[in-house]
Amino acid sequence: MKVQVRYFASLREALGAQQSLDMPAGSTVGALRDALLAGSARHADVLARGRAVRCAVNQQMCDESAVLVDGAEVAFFPPVTGG
Amino acid sequence: MAERVSVRQADFDLSAEVAALRAGDAGVGAVVAFVGTVREHSGGQSVSRMELEHYPGMTEAAIEAMIDAAAQRFDIRAARVVHRIGVLEPSDQIVLVAVSSAHRGQAFQACEFLMDYLKTQAPFWKKESTAEGSRWVDARSSDDAALERWGLRSGNAV
Repeated sequence: MKVQVRYFASLREALGAQQSLDMPAGSTVGALRDALLAGSARHADVLARGRAVRCAVNQQMCDESAVLVDGAEVAFFPPVTGG
Repeated sequence: MAERVSVRQADFDLSAEVAALRAGDAGVGAVVAFVGTVREHSGGQSVSRMELEHYPGMTEAAIEAMIDAAAQRFDIRAARVVHRIGVLEPSDQIVLVAVSSAHRGQAFQACEFLMDYLKTQAPFWKKESTAEGSRWVDARSSDDAALERWGLRSGNAV
């Protein structure tokens, strides 16, 4: 299945605004992050476990256990700082 | 009902926003409004400008859901949130949260609840420009603690 990945703020500056990826059906956000980590040295650095990275699926905050469906929009971003 | 959420570059007029919030509702006995502004100093450095990025679509939906949560929790009559994006300068207004209610207690609480919620759960990011260059603002764990007072887990800055 295809998923659309979007990045914001410091992650967008490092990785670009978006990319799309093929993932096995039923993959979780955690599995997607693993696949991205394996994709390039830059991804491995910016998305490294232990870094403060938040995620959303279809524009809803979630954690890495969230299961993806075909066409999902997954966003990764740093902790939010509005207000 | 008037539009509850506006995310835009343009500035806002506090008086006009409060007037619109109260318009046509004589049951209102209290309005509480919070305005956040750009500080000229951050971490001991002078800030020359600030840039605000957001996640279009998600931002508006997240704030709408926060207003629904505030309306369930508190006895409020209406609420309005305006959040600016793009390039802002010191002293510029960034955010407005305004709430109307029959009595002040619920309006004060709902306004603070919405602000605490927005700080940690709405997808905005601030980038400051100083003499030493630009830097993304770090999230504060004190903002998570503020949301947790309402019994909600944040986990943003952690």
